[in-house]
Amino acid sequence: MQLSGKDILDISSLSMDEINLILDTAERMKEINQRPVKKVPPLKGKTIVLFFHEPSTRTKLSFDIAAKRLSADSISMAASSSSMVKGETLLDTAKTLEAMNPDIIVIRHSSSGAPHFIAKHLKASVINGGDGMHAHPTQALLDMMSVRQKKGRLDGLKIAVIGDIAHSRVARSNIEGFTKMGSEVVVAGPPTMIPIGIESMGARVAYSTDEAVKGADVVMMLRIQKERQGDFLFPSEREYAREFGLNPKRLEKAAPDAIVMHPGPMNRGVEISSDIADCGRSVILEQVSNGVALRMALFLLLSGGVKNVDED
Amino acid sequence: MLTKISGGHVIDPGYINARMDIWIKDGSIFEVCEEGKGTLESSSPDRIINAAGKIVVPGLIDMHVHLREPGHEYKETIETGLKAAVAGGFTAVCCMPNTKPVNDNAQITSFILEKARQAGLAKVYPVAAISLGLKGDSLAEYAELKTAGAIAVSDDGMPVSSGRLMRNAMEYASCFGLLTIAHCEDHELACNGCMNEGSVSTRLGLRGIPNISESIMVMRDIELSDLTGVPVHIAHVSARESVNAIREGKKRGIKVTAETAPHYFTLTDEAVGNYDTNAKMNPPLRTETDRLAVIKGLEDGTLDIIATDHAPHSVLEKELEFDKAANGICGLETSLGLSMKLVHDGIIGMESLVRLMSTRPAEILGKDNHLKPGNNADIAIIDPDAEWKVDSSKFQGKSKNTPFNGWDLKGRAVMTIVDGRIVFEL
Ligand SMILES: [Zn+2]
Repeated sequence: MQLSGKDILDISSLSMDEINLILDTAERMKEINQRPVKKVPPLKGKTIVLFFHEPSTRTKLSFDIAAKRLSADSISMAASSSSMVKGETLLDTAKTLEAMNPDIIVIRHSSSGAPHFIAKHLKASVINGGDGMHAHPTQALLDMMSVRQKKGRLDGLKIAVIGDIAHSRVARSNIEGFTKMGSEVVVAGPPTMIPIGIESMGARVAYSTDEAVKGADVVMMLRIQKERQGDFLFPSEREYAREFGLNPKRLEKAAPDAIVMHPGPMNRGVEISSDIADCGRSVILEQVSNGVALRMALFLLLSGGVKNVDED
Repeated sequence: MLTKISGGHVIDPGYINARMDIWIKDGSIFEVCEEGKGTLESSSPDRIINAAGKIVVPGLIDMHVHLREPGHEYKETIETGLKAAVAGGFTAVCCMPNTKPVNDNAQITSFILEKARQAGLAKVYPVAAISLGLKGDSLAEYAELKTAGAIAVSDDGMPVSSGRLMRNAMEYASCFGLLTIAHCEDHELACNGCMNEGSVSTRLGLRGIPNISESIMVMRDIELSDLTGVPVHIAHVSARESVNAIREGKKRGIKVTAETAPHYFTLTDEAVGNYDTNAKMNPPLRTETDRLAVIKGLEDGTLDIIATDHAPHSVLEKELEFDKAANGICGLETSLGLSMKLVHDGIIGMESLVRLMSTRPAEILGKDNHLKPGNNADIAIIDPDAEWKVDSSKFQGKSKNTPFNGWDLKGRAVMTIVDGRIVFEL
């Protein structure tokens, strides 16, 4: 089986079968990452451009490592080093990229829909590395991978997603992904952070964090952007931590074997208390290592399959 | 010069709705009479226009267009804008002041009128700025603007945030007979939104603009009109709450009039699809409930007129990230075809449509647009059953930004006559 589209732009355009294929392929990649020599040749001679219009060290590093482990040539392009600061439009950039004949372009952009725009103008495969408040499909896929590892399945689980749902692309993609795979997603946070019509994406809105956490198999905390305080979303970090943050007492309400997730980077003591972040139920670091495997899987699948992974 | 428009179905709301001949002499209406019964019947006209099977109406008037000149001639010039206008059946348009420089002084108003005169197509009624530079801090010189030919004042494109400035503008404009046109938007509530706030904006991760960012200012301006006794015209109504507020205002006897645009009764925010910037406008496309409320408003007279908010942009402003793209669509050449759908669907009658697009805008602007002897011969001839496909590459205007490209429409202008001259013929 192969992916039907040329791009990975959001979760909604992937079928259940495609998601399973991606997760299964990622499982196979994990093994490569544990070898002493962590490099296989299937993408030798392929060019992957990492076009990060918005800074993100972590995600970029993860894509970069994934590309290198498959022997692709990865080239980074940041907004500040691109011509966009000199008045070039995204369309100009797309055309310039196209002229360089890359095979895959990973794009991270502050505007929702920018990857769709680029994909429309490019023959290369485009992977959305996070766009505005819209989607972060690779994060959602690695989150699904991490949950499946711990729980052995994705259907019938209760996933609580807590925090700034309105401005979170991670939340949107996870709502789409987990509900597609048969989980129940409950969101919670201050009403200023719950967007109108989120139910239409498949999520249930809980009245309180405690209610959302109750009986949850997975508690996923979202990063609070401190600079949003000027938007009147919440009065103080102190109050936020108390009412909406995850602490041991609140986690007790979850299922006994509940796991804790966070897309990182964390604000310790705000959305998540330090003892929870480091406890045995936290899978936060596994999310990071699964991220590399997951992105390797996507590169492979987009460039035609997994046939020659184990050739030397 | 004597012209006879023969055998058309003449509709002049409230006056005529019958098969009639129209005689035009030296640019003015000479007579509207029963077929073959005119007093000039025995004389031989220089030109006979056969309008059998067509509808002949007072020329359409678009109270809300952006002609982009001076300053943004690469998007549209006064001449190309007026070509688009006459191709849409319009014999007059009101052009908004957000040009560069802004039309906040007599020189710009005169420049626009001179360019319009040179184009010799549709008439132009310039709308001057409410505030200098559309900045919202001080009043423009209305007396001088009126003398130069301005017909109204508006800071269209920029909301007048200060209630005090708006009040004073209305009062001061009224003493020169200038209509105040309000672009109703609470900037703070709109908060850099780029589409309607709702489940679509949530799914696409785009910042939403709530309905009340419009309606709250509609309510303010209705109250200011009540306070001052000065008429106010609400531009481009998109939200159901605004329609309700205007309906209530009218019931209270307040001199409020209002317009909507074809896209608000034709499309919803679903048209944004996968970030189609041709569906980006301000106010944004709303939901189905709003669309139906707008139609109801047109039906019951709450919304007085259909305008287009014709907003040409080049690909430079539209082929961009959705949040960075410019607002607006080209409207002049699709307005009649889209509005005719209301007639074909049996929602309003043809006479109502002519009122919405022709005679009512004239009344609001203080003009007499009826097909009466002595009036200028500004006439549109409409083929109500002509089926055609929107092809933006064939637009007469310079820009091609429309969400309706490829749509099949029924009904269009086949001839447009201004001061007795044929300025457009299909
Ligand atoms: Zn406006």
